[in-house]
Amino acid sequence: MSTDVSSGAETKAPPPLHLGEAPTVGLKHPSRWIAVLVVFVLAAMAVHSAITNPNFRWDLVGDYFWAAPIMDGLRVTLTLTVICMAIGLVLGTALALMRLSPNPVLRSAAFGYVWLLRGVPLLVQLIVWYNLSALYPRLSLGIPFGPEFVSFESNHVITAYTAAILGLGLNQAAYMAEIIRAGLQSVDEGQLEAASALGMGRLRTMMTVVLPQAMRVILPPTGNETITMLKQTSLVSVVAVADLLYSTQLIYAKNFQTIPLLIMACIWYLIIISLLSVGQYYLERHFKRGSSRQQHKSLWQHLRRTAALRRDTSALGTEGSTPR
Amino acid sequence: MVSFSKVRKYFGDNEVLKSITFDVAPREVLCIIGPSGSGKSTLLRCINQLERIDGGRIDVDGAMVGYTEHSGRLHEMHPRQISRQRTDIGMVFQNFNLFPHMTALQNVCVSPVKVRRERKAEVRERAEQLLRRVGLGDRMNHYPRQLSGGQQQRVAIARALAMKPQLMLFDEPTSALDPELVGEVLDVMKDLAAEGMTMVVVTHEIGFAREVADTVAFMDGGVVVESGPPAQVIGDPQHQRTRDFLSKVL
Ligand SMILES: Nc1ncnc2c1ncn2[C@@H]1O[C@H](COP(=O)(O)OP(=O)(O)OP(=O)(O)O)[C@@H](O)[C@H]1O
Ligand SMILES: [Mg+2]
Repeated sequence: MSTDVSSGAETKAPPPLHLGEAPTVGLKHPSRWIAVLVVFVLAAMAVHSAITNPNFRWDLVGDYFWAAPIMDGLRVTLTLTVICMAIGLVLGTALALMRLSPNPVLRSAAFGYVWLLRGVPLLVQLIVWYNLSALYPRLSLGIPFGPEFVSFESNHVITAYTAAILGLGLNQAAYMAEIIRAGLQSVDEGQLEAASALGMGRLRTMMTVVLPQAMRVILPPTGNETITMLKQTSLVSVVAVADLLYSTQLIYAKNFQTIPLLIMACIWYLIIISLLSVGQYYLERHFKRGSSRQQHKSLWQHLRRTAALRRDTSALGTEGSTPR
Repeated sequence: MVSFSKVRKYFGDNEVLKSITFDVAPREVLCIIGPSGSGKSTLLRCINQLERIDGGRIDVDGAMVGYTEHSGRLHEMHPRQISRQRTDIGMVFQNFNLFPHMTALQNVCVSPVKVRRERKAEVRERAEQLLRRVGLGDRMNHYPRQLSGGQQQRVAIARALAMKPQLMLFDEPTSALDPELVGEVLDVMKDLAAEGMTMVVVTHEIGFAREVADTVAFMDGGVVVESGPPAQVIGDPQHQRTRDFLSKVL
């Protein structure tokens, strides 16, 4: 400091600049711009070829989009997804509680269930349920090893549709059991003690203390499972249930317009999955409450805040702002 | 109010409580001190049945804890009865154990509403009063993670008080706190003692024990080595082990 004699001594030093008061020059990121350009060009090429290539037959995609068989198939796909996920959730919760129970018989039973239904390929399970009548021609309700009250022909009860529901739902329960168990175990033991000390019983503790906290761990993989299930329902075509994909296949088997019809089906799948994702986002946000020091903002509030910040800084004369 | 008679507790082969006998009168404050691993927490947790005892008996408010007597036999209680016994005993934990997905106010309200089935509006009013009393009138709608340790522990005390307990148990309520936050929690506990609450407090705060306790019990190796008024046990300990312990913590 003291070695520099020529300057500084007589000229008064300007006051130090402060961020937010003085104009700021952002760092330039040329490589980012190049990457953005490459991505845009590739995307434009893809879109251009999809639009201009007549083989895509977008007119057919539009024609069949609302066709009656497609709507029926869509309805089947959606109901199957909802029913099978519901079975999976309820039965999966029961299985998870059994896995965590102090009773070793219940624990092993749940373990065995998960082991078997996760281990056997789903396709095989569907076929077995569909052909149950070959194994058990009659089903009956009654006292175990005792008298029967009612009995049915298996073929009447196990239609293709019920076979699909049983196969998908019972299989899903095995996966949900593991997800829910992991969620329940993620909750600190101190929480259980605090609930007990307040006089809560087991069920009350589960409902008000454990599950709401476990949801944070349970929800993301459950969202995945729901999306998988939505697409997995297309397996039921092996037992001749006309879901969205199978209905589509039936059409292109006749008119040979395979690609346009498959594109149409995919658009439907993507639409539903987008809606599911939005639902998942809000559910996750609900169960995240209290999980961080910040108050949570909705996506919309977040965007508005960022925009407001941008305006503030640009009003202060920020130059060369870059995409972040 | 609380009476221990020849209470034994094992963890496997490890005898953690060795025939413990003592009484806590109504409105009395008992402070338990002693080295780590001496069985203080275990003793406290036996009172509200977070641990089961293997011998002897514990009575709270004249009723045996965990068992009913019938024609010369002791019958294990149904979990529902155990829960009911616990509702009269408030417990405050070392690491607060607040419910993180509920605000301070919800933490205080949840148990009277869900367990006692009291009217929501009444409970809410009482809860707000309690939170103001522990100095958190302006933090009611904060989640536990948005509160400091001292504030969280005060919410936990309010939560326990919301059940209108006859007896309060504290397990090292200040040992997870930064030194400057200890005072605010101890002040709340002092007020509580002054109002006549029966309290059993496991603590390393010898100053608090000296000031607030009616009785101090020194535990070591699963036995109560000595107990009596603080002036005696802390001021003029009779046993070498007590003297050794106090010389380390004072
Ligand atoms: N769940 C448990 N299983 C097995 N042993 C245990 C269990 N809980 C406590 N113990 C043992 O019992 C003894 C007494 O433990 P306790 O927690 O009551 O001690 P403490 O006096 O509260 O100690 P600290 O001051 O460290 O909290 C210790 O030897 C401990 O290892
Ligand atoms: Mg302890």
